[in-house]
Amino acid sequence: MAISIRGVSKKFGDFTAVDQLNLEIGSGEFFSMLGPSGSGKTTVLRLIAGFDLPTAGTISLDGEDVTNKAPFDRNVNTVFQDYALFPHLNVIENVEYGLRVRKVGREERRARALAALEKVHLADFAERKPAQLSGGQRQRVALARAIVVEPKILLLDEPLGALDLKLRESMQIELKELQRDLGITFVFVTHDQDEALTLSDRIAIFNQGKIEQIGTPHELYEKPATEFVARFVGTANVFTAAQSQNLFGVNKKTMIRPEQIELGATGQEATVMESIYLGSSIRFILKLADTQVIAEVSASDENAKTYRRNSTVKVNMSKTDLVELD
Amino acid sequence: MTSNSSVAGAAIAVTPARRVSSYLYNHAKLRLRLLIAAPVFWLGLVYIASLLMLLITAFWSIDEFTGNTKVIWNFDNVTSLFTDALYSTVTLRTIGIALGVTVVDILLALPIAFFMSKVAGPKVRNILAISVLLPLWASYLVKAYAWRSVLSNKGVLQWILEPLGLNTPGYSLFGAAITLGYMWLPYVILPIFGGLEKVPGNLLEASSDLGAKTFTTIRRVILPIILPSIIAGSIFAFSLTLGDYITINIVGGANQMLGNLIYTNVGTANNLPMAAALALIPIAIMFVYLGSVRRTGALNNL
Repeated sequence: MAISIRGVSKKFGDFTAVDQLNLEIGSGEFFSMLGPSGSGKTTVLRLIAGFDLPTAGTISLDGEDVTNKAPFDRNVNTVFQDYALFPHLNVIENVEYGLRVRKVGREERRARALAALEKVHLADFAERKPAQLSGGQRQRVALARAIVVEPKILLLDEPLGALDLKLRESMQIELKELQRDLGITFVFVTHDQDEALTLSDRIAIFNQGKIEQIGTPHELYEKPATEFVARFVGTANVFTAAQSQNLFGVNKKTMIRPEQIELGATGQEATVMESIYLGSSIRFILKLADTQVIAEVSASDENAKTYRRNSTVKVNMSKTDLVELD
Repeated sequence: MTSNSSVAGAAIAVTPARRVSSYLYNHAKLRLRLLIAAPVFWLGLVYIASLLMLLITAFWSIDEFTGNTKVIWNFDNVTSLFTDALYSTVTLRTIGIALGVTVVDILLALPIAFFMSKVAGPKVRNILAISVLLPLWASYLVKAYAWRSVLSNKGVLQWILEPLGLNTPGYSLFGAAITLGYMWLPYVILPIFGGLEKVPGNLLEASSDLGAKTFTTIRRVILPIILPSIIAGSIFAFSLTLGDYITINIVGGANQMLGNLIYTNVGTANNLPMAAALALIPIAIMFVYLGSVRRTGALNNL
């Protein structure tokens, strides 16, 4: 295991940021930690990096116990949320920094820094100061600075959070390519579920200092274990045990995804409360008996356009699509 | 007059004041000139012009009998600064003390400012900030006399040092340097603290993350970034020491600094041209110093 976290807790005064956490991350994995702000995901990242030390538990990197080691004694590097570039150094000096403190010779240093800058398509900006770069460019410099020292594990703390949507999407693709290219472990912290689903091999869903569920994007979306996961990853119709009993004859808390609900000729009658056009699909908010249900239908479905507000439609929910929650 | 027209008239009544206002509204540059006329008059005429007048007198001389200043242009006073052993000794001594005080103050201020900015919690930081500022609220004279008592042969310092087999420096150049170092320390801490406040904490984390140990982080990240702030603080400590003449009198024993010489020439010796010539020295030193640090951007941090 590249990273193995056992029974780790972190308290700040009375506040428990991370609570008895166990986590194993494999070599070469693109692993995301996803959760709302304050859920402890950034704290876990900082514990792996060594910026904070755990109150309890152990952290091992490649089998070596690093629980109480300083950041400079760990073979991990971090890409910071707001980049943390050194303002007094230009781009190439920033990238060279890690090599410089490792006493790598001047020429090798420069060559490796340039190679790293080429990987992030910034070789032309080597002599600029960070202040003269755009947010996306600073992000790439931060990436180059972290990968130039060839860590086995790269930690990324919401690295795309400050970028606009288009740039974020293209950076996502670049990140994924970079990770495949380098073949190292990426641990990626984000609160953006789309980003996590797009990039990750596996995702841990954080809530209140604990992990709710770990799984592939597919597993988390198709088989969420808890209501929190169901609601946090994608959109979910969550039914209480009583509602499930009414609708499906299942006396358990259940969930169904909006696109798994069919609208058409057969099924239970429901009233259209609202229809929202989303481009590729249309989302309907329906009232089914006393239960509110969200359904999503492809916009190319000709019938969908006829379901107006306050009209009545037939709703068909297959019991096989239903996911039982804890 | 109908009520209507009186309302309309009130809304656009053309009083002289309104006429002036509307004229100024349309003449932005004139407005600005009027606004800064008083401060510029003060700074330009009262301050700089009188300083220039003083310096010009350095090239005059005095009537040996009456002691009155005479407008006879000559370089005698300025030349004597370089030829008279007393002046060159005192100048070197003053520069030496000023440098010593500056260096010691920087060395003391760096850890205090770092602790305030990066280590202490908000509460401790406030207490420290007040402790740093507090001495500035006390009179300069009070502090100098306080140190006179501390440094005296029966003072606190002697009481502390005696068991260790040491003695108080007493009223000496060293005593004066300690006192001056104390006096100017807040002026050095504050700009360095301000500079450190502008260094985001995650830069230190990034440096450590990239493999730098603490000392390397200080040398390669913190110091280069706060260098302008350190220089800003040093300008205060250095220039204030250069101009001091009270502390040296109170705790410096019989030793003299440039300030004393100027003071005695203005007062006892009644030789205003010589005093003016002496005043050129600290001004020249400060010009050289400011000129050499200008490129670092320190002057933007004052």
